[in-house]
Amino acid sequence: MGMTLTQKILAVHAQKDHVNPGDLINARIDVALGNDITAPIAIERFNESGAKTVFDKDRVVLVPDHFVPNKDIKSAMQAKILREFAHKHQLTYFYDAGEMGVEHALLPEKGLVLPGDLVIGADSHTCTYGGLGAFATGVGSTDLAAAMVTGEVWLKVPESIKFVFKGELSLWVEAKDLILYTIGKIGVDGALYQAMEFTGPVIEKMGIAGRMTMANMAIEAGAKNGIFAPDAVTEAYVKDRAVRNYVFYESDPDAEYAKIYEFDCSNIEPQVAFPHLPENVRGLSDVGEVLIDQVVIGSCTNGRIEDMRVAAQVIKGHKVAKGIRLIIIPATPYVYRTALQEGLFEIFLDAGAVISPPTCGPCLGGHMGILAKGERAVATTNRNFVGRMGHPESEVYLASPSVAAACAVLGKIGGPDQLQ
Amino acid sequence: MKVIGKVWKFGDDIDTDLIIPARYLNTSDPAELAKHCMEDADPEFAGKVEKSDIIVADKNFGCGSSREHAPIAIKAAGISCVIAKSFARIFYRNAFNMGLPILECEDADKFQTGDSLSVDFDSGIITCLKTGQTFYSRPIPPFMQELVQSGGLMKYIQKKV
Ligand code: SF4
Repeated sequence: MGMTLTQKILAVHAQKDHVNPGDLINARIDVALGNDITAPIAIERFNESGAKTVFDKDRVVLVPDHFVPNKDIKSAMQAKILREFAHKHQLTYFYDAGEMGVEHALLPEKGLVLPGDLVIGADSHTCTYGGLGAFATGVGSTDLAAAMVTGEVWLKVPESIKFVFKGELSLWVEAKDLILYTIGKIGVDGALYQAMEFTGPVIEKMGIAGRMTMANMAIEAGAKNGIFAPDAVTEAYVKDRAVRNYVFYESDPDAEYAKIYEFDCSNIEPQVAFPHLPENVRGLSDVGEVLIDQVVIGSCTNGRIEDMRVAAQVIKGHKVAKGIRLIIIPATPYVYRTALQEGLFEIFLDAGAVISPPTCGPCLGGHMGILAKGERAVATTNRNFVGRMGHPESEVYLASPSVAAACAVLGKIGGPDQLQ
Repeated sequence: MKVIGKVWKFGDDIDTDLIIPARYLNTSDPAELAKHCMEDADPEFAGKVEKSDIIVADKNFGCGSSREHAPIAIKAAGISCVIAKSFARIFYRNAFNMGLPILECEDADKFQTGDSLSVDFDSGIITCLKTGQTFYSRPIPPFMQELVQSGGLMKYIQKKV
């Protein structure tokens, strides 16, 4: 019996010829990641263990991105724990101050996570790196602590579900719409424990940014990881940034899947996930009249330069509707600089947007755009749980950058083709 | 590694609030947590459970929050292992990381409260001592057993540093 891409990566890292779904393995990791929320606990456990050094100072990556620039004293103390640990252990990849960006946008950009890698991160959206053909999954702080000591993690090999995307994308339909559509079809536990493998002609034509957007939200369907077979598009993205060698794996033709879904993308319109679950998805034409107060364009899901470009394209020449707050958050310093150089900031500022430095910010209700009681936001982020962006009685609607940009101009939920 | 114990049987979707209610989370002292283990699912459990007893449940045991207190409470109550049809993903990781062995067994619904079971982690074979019937679960690989025997992931690692 052949193996899926996910099985192959796990087998290699567990030094086995073959692994089956359900097997418990002890695997070598390529990268362990922590942020300002999860790493402080992991660092405490690391210190309790008596370990003197991390297993490899090039492979423990710390990014304080959630409440940074520090929003209050508590978050300042947390970031300080990371800073001191990074300094003490001479970590090569610690991103602070002007180098800091949203972790899952930053690591691929810096070439730190690569095809064929096994990456764990104490953050649920670590699954983003599947967009590059890596096995990447979120774990707890205890797991991170152990991984920092040993360079290993225990894992249960997941079954895989295959998704085949066929047909042609309609105008303004983006990767975000495909993943929202998928979650709407299978539900927030539709891929529990499992690997989501994304394939098909639409995927082959998709850029790395789009693939990462889709892999990012695999966890929103309960999946352990999302993954794309690396190809020429991947090679073009990684070849000049990779800090190490990398390997392309692909699924065997006779690999076994728990399920196979086929979607015809020609029938998919832009999608919006209604409160308070990412599975409450509707096509734009079924949304009705939903007035909004705020729009957020950013996050590890849609804060990359491609997302900034499409938002600017929609918004160019328009003004944000009166009373609506449009907050633009480039995910990394590179995205920020490139958007500036390409004149995108000019477009956003002319429209009346606020531009934030790179940070997770309002995505998890941290800072930089918290919602008041009864307010509604459209966001390009990945979660619309109760209170996710502020007050427990506020609401978050998830959408693509082009839809979000159009919403800011319209003052209500709508698509780019509704703009004059 | 083998354990023998008496069954405490529970149903589907035993969540982390049933395992250890949030109102007791102001402590992480295992002995304190053990006193309230399973309180909202069976108020008699904590008072009557005996060392090496076994919890058996149906599907999705441990769903809900990611609190590590849940496996800690079960372990501190003296439970030697949990057998269920399936476990929630985070509970699954937390249990092994806290040193509580757990086993997935499709026949978990065949056991009753009061049954005596013998569980062999190496082979995954579960034997009902009353009837002599045997059931299969996925064996726990040696390195995971070592992790359990050490008392959890961090203690296991301490031995290595
Ligand atoms: S941008 Fe949002 S989802 Fe992504 S890592 Fe930050 S808080 Fe988490």
